Amino acid sequence: MTAEHTDPGAVVVVGGGHGGGTLVGLLRQLGHAAPVTLVGHEADAPYHRPPLSKKFHGDELEQPLKPAPFYAEQDIALRLGAEVVAIDRDARTVRLDDGSELAYGTLVLATGAAPRRLEVPGADLAGVLSLRTLDDARALRDGLRPGRRLVIVGGGYVGLEVAAVARSQGLEVTVLEREDRVLARVASPELSSILGAHHERHGTVVETGADVASFAGDEHGAVRAVVLADGREVPCDVALVGVGAVPRDDLARAAGLACEGGILVDAETRTADPAILAIGDVTRRPLGGAGELVRMESIPSATEQAKQAAHVIVGRDVPAADVPWFWSDQFDLKLKIAGLLRGDRPAVVRGDPASGRFTLFHLDGDVVRAVESANAPAEFMAGKKLIQRGDRVDVARLADVDVKLKDVVLSVPEPAASA
Amino acid sequence: MPMITYVQAGDGSEATVEVKDGLSVMDGSIANNLPGIVAECGGSCSCATCHVYVDEAFRELFGAASEEEWELLEFLDEVQPNSRLSCQLVVTAAADGLRVVVPENQG
Repeated sequence: MTAEHTDPGAVVVVGGGHGGGTLVGLLRQLGHAAPVTLVGHEADAPYHRPPLSKKFHGDELEQPLKPAPFYAEQDIALRLGAEVVAIDRDARTVRLDDGSELAYGTLVLATGAAPRRLEVPGADLAGVLSLRTLDDARALRDGLRPGRRLVIVGGGYVGLEVAAVARSQGLEVTVLEREDRVLARVASPELSSILGAHHERHGTVVETGADVASFAGDEHGAVRAVVLADGREVPCDVALVGVGAVPRDDLARAAGLACEGGILVDAETRTADPAILAIGDVTRRPLGGAGELVRMESIPSATEQAKQAAHVIVGRDVPAADVPWFWSDQFDLKLKIAGLLRGDRPAVVRGDPASGRFTLFHLDGDVVRAVESANAPAEFMAGKKLIQRGDRVDVARLADVDVKLKDVVLSVPEPAASA
Repeated sequence: MPMITYVQAGDGSEATVEVKDGLSVMDGSIANNLPGIVAECGGSCSCATCHVYVDEAFRELFGAASEEEWELLEFLDEVQPNSRLSCQLVVTAAADGLRVVVPENQG
């Protein structure tokens, strides 16, 4: 079967996550009138992913990104439950798993990331779960009843968010982290320590340096314990594996696009093929320092790249990139984190972590490079601005809660036209 | 159903749409694919990408911003006394005729 239309403006978006779902709406906002098709391998139309780990226990789990009539109203074709199996770059077509083909003028790869599997015996037992999709979250919700025992393998943000919710729902929760601290790859040592202790205060068992060797099953093929390398068994009814995600770049690889820990794109979502863009968790892009390529896994990053891609497609100037940031909710702590953590200098702490409101500033000399905040939206927003502007700050005053953050700046670049 | 008008600060264009009782001003923009409001966090008062200015006549109807909401707003370049996060503005029959202005930059 061959593709029917060859409209040069036709856009095919592969992937129905935040990036893809946002992009199709933006294209219509920007007046793009040509056919737009979104192909998603899940059965669900694009939805908000943060509630999967933050609110999976209640009726706020399922939050569509757009209301159901949206796609028809905006003349966006949805192909759900469909997988793109190949890209023909010369013909500018993609082939779907049902054998049909779609022609594109521009192809946008927004294929996201998949949960990293733990390659140990027993990983496929019933009750060993991962969390990435709405279906995963439904399974998790159904498996977590009060009184049951949950073991979370991996102390990353998703694992800790689930731990907090499960603990609040009355489950017994153990977090097993292979590194010597939770959030080892994604947070500062200071924040790891504060959050680890916060979870323990809420009754979660947090074990670091814990190497998982296997999952032990019962006679029904259901998980009954997580077995550690030292032979100890941690009994459980449900085990959630949250050990990171790997970019779903197979399709791009097979099409000969440059991939290295994700699809390589420029600062405006372009691949080496002028007809193919890529956005979201699947990409590595220039961010931060000179020449550094970063793969972000966050909503703001996916949304930002969706906006960039939409502007590229309609031929408008691409808006400048924002400071990378993301958020996380754990118990009563609303965390917001901005910038890129580099180096290992101690953080400047503003506010008392025990009070539940604090901010950690990470500096390079007297310039703020990253900020990790809890229940401190003002400090977060101010910190993000400091990172963006590269202002030099008075480090001693930064830690003083009695000094307003606008008064810690040492030198202010000429204001452009601020209000 | 209440009618709400969204005005784009950038080019002055406006759209008037119906927004169901109980939804937020943000929801009304998303459902109609209006430009400006990004709403990255889906309405959990986490992201400050649904910033609007509320018509004077309607400011009281929505009450005051919570401390959390105001802290997110106060450092935005385009903040004004009538700034609100539209995810926090729940539409009722009394909001019929509301006009909000959507600033050019979000977040």
